[in-house]
Amino acid sequence: MTPHMLTRSLDRSATIFLAVVAACGILIPLSNLLLPAGSFLQVPTYLVALWGKYVCYAILALSIDLIWGYCGILSLGHGAFFALGGYAMGMYLMRQIGTRGVYGNPVLPDFMVFLNWEKLPWYWYGFDMFWFAALMVLVVPGLLAFCFGWLAFRSRVTGVYLSIITQAMTYALLLAFFRNDFGFGGNNGLTDFKDILGFNVQAEGTRAALFALSCLALIVGFLICRAIVSSKLGKVLIAVRDAESRTRFLGYRVESYKLFVFTVSACMAGVAGALYVPQVGIINPSEFAPGNSIEAVIWVAVGGRGTLVGAALGAVVVNYAKTFFTSGVLAPYWLFMLGALFILVTLLLPKGIVGTFNAWWDSSKEKRTAATSVSAAAEDGVTEPKMAE
Amino acid sequence: MNVMDTRATSAMLYLDGVHVSFDGFHAINNLSLTLEPGEMRAIIGPNGAGKTTMMDIITGKTKPDEGTVLFDGVTDLTRLDETRIAELGIGRKFQKPTVFESQSVQDNLLLALNVDHSVKATLFWRGSKAEAERIDKVLETIRLTEARNRLAGSLSHGQKQWLEIGMLLAQDPKLLLVDEPVAGMTDVETHLTAELLKEINRTHTVMVVEHDMTFVRELGVKVTCLHEGTVLAEGTIDQVSSNERVIEVYLGR
Repeated sequence: MTPHMLTRSLDRSATIFLAVVAACGILIPLSNLLLPAGSFLQVPTYLVALWGKYVCYAILALSIDLIWGYCGILSLGHGAFFALGGYAMGMYLMRQIGTRGVYGNPVLPDFMVFLNWEKLPWYWYGFDMFWFAALMVLVVPGLLAFCFGWLAFRSRVTGVYLSIITQAMTYALLLAFFRNDFGFGGNNGLTDFKDILGFNVQAEGTRAALFALSCLALIVGFLICRAIVSSKLGKVLIAVRDAESRTRFLGYRVESYKLFVFTVSACMAGVAGALYVPQVGIINPSEFAPGNSIEAVIWVAVGGRGTLVGAALGAVVVNYAKTFFTSGVLAPYWLFMLGALFILVTLLLPKGIVGTFNAWWDSSKEKRTAATSVSAAAEDGVTEPKMAE
Repeated sequence: MNVMDTRATSAMLYLDGVHVSFDGFHAINNLSLTLEPGEMRAIIGPNGAGKTTMMDIITGKTKPDEGTVLFDGVTDLTRLDETRIAELGIGRKFQKPTVFESQSVQDNLLLALNVDHSVKATLFWRGSKAEAERIDKVLETIRLTEARNRLAGSLSHGQKQWLEIGMLLAQDPKLLLVDEPVAGMTDVETHLTAELLKEINRTHTVMVVEHDMTFVRELGVKVTCLHEGTVLAEGTIDQVSSNERVIEVYLGR
């Protein structure tokens, strides 16, 4: 990223957003670690883990907004990339358990011993090294998105058809990962993690660090998205979203543009998943459930598509509501509430929270400028008669 | 035939024996047409005569069932897709003005400029003075300098038509296909558009589809009348408009 791309990409709301995320990323871990437990300002560890989860969701929402809000690609299977990133991290964490597993096998994870597997399958090789796992967090979702996108965009599959095949993709992965012989722990998934880079995943310090890292990832992801959408490429993406065939007739290879953002977006979703897994302590096939991907799209719609800040905000707001409502007497009705929320936002707030706020802000700014010019004219005493005093 | 000369024809655009049918409906039927370099041609004809389908074939949106479509004497357009054809230098203005409504007037022109359109080049793009000057010049030509920062969606219908012509200018193609440029324009705007197209024709080959006979007359160029996907008559506006068949199917008595 060159400096001019950075400066060009920062407007008022982006700056506020970055400041808030950076402040949370620094202050919340510090308050958790330094202040005495039980003090009013101390953030308890369970909240750090919960909010860390929200931050990961915000990164996922950002990745969806990049393709949906700016390029019009509605992926209803983005949870798959999130889950694949999560599995890559989970595999690293499994290999770190070593002899501390129930069966004490230094190489094979417990579930493989249980299935009477003799040796590690080839696709588990290398995951004992963090750098390799971290690379796979980007490569696996990115490669899947590239192959999927290459086929879909070249064949000009768009709109609702594309959405349906993304659903099919994540559902197919769900079924595959459920199978024991697929080698990823079947329906139990990967869990019982011990350490990450030598630090205990349960320890307060590790959790605080993971939270701070998630905030950092959100900031970096946001900057990458901003740099993309505020470059000329961003204008091309919006052109594709609004008038795809017109863009083709101008000589743009639309499928290459779609493929580029789709792949970038999948890599981001993978990073979100990788940060999510050590904080929640488990990854299992339910992360591939089509419903999860749809829920993530609702976050973006609620926050405001095509605003980036809105996507992140929507993820946090909706998930906070989810935590709040699913822990009380209203728990059985959460899905109905979520559905109603989606319908209400579509009908009453089609631009989402941030989009509506921006529109209101711009129009009130216009009014203010108009008002100042009127009062200036009044002071000149030429055009406007004196108002009541 | 001269062995050195690989060009099959000297024409800028050469259509021969083109057929297209959609579900048994023959939209284009043995269509043959030639456009010389630097020429401006007006295409008239009743609705459903195949005017827009012909443009779709030339720009790669529709593949013909049979026939030859040659650009610049050498390139077979039937094998290429829209992007490739646009890169070769064929620009198109649509019947319904299609501009990028949620972007500013000058961004619309910026997107149309014929610079490197690869993903990498646009991602790391930095504006240059030459590009800014070209945009300024186009804005002046299409009289939208004042509106440069307005959203294209907020322009009037006539202004959108002009912006789209401006986008063609920024694209600077060898051949311009202009579909109904004056639909919905006032008489003054129509006159100005005719002037603008004549100006453009000094340096470009142009094909204009239009229903407005006053406008076509004002252009003062060779006219081709299409009917049922084939050429009905060709010649000056007076020759074509006095043709019995043209009067019967199109102009009316």
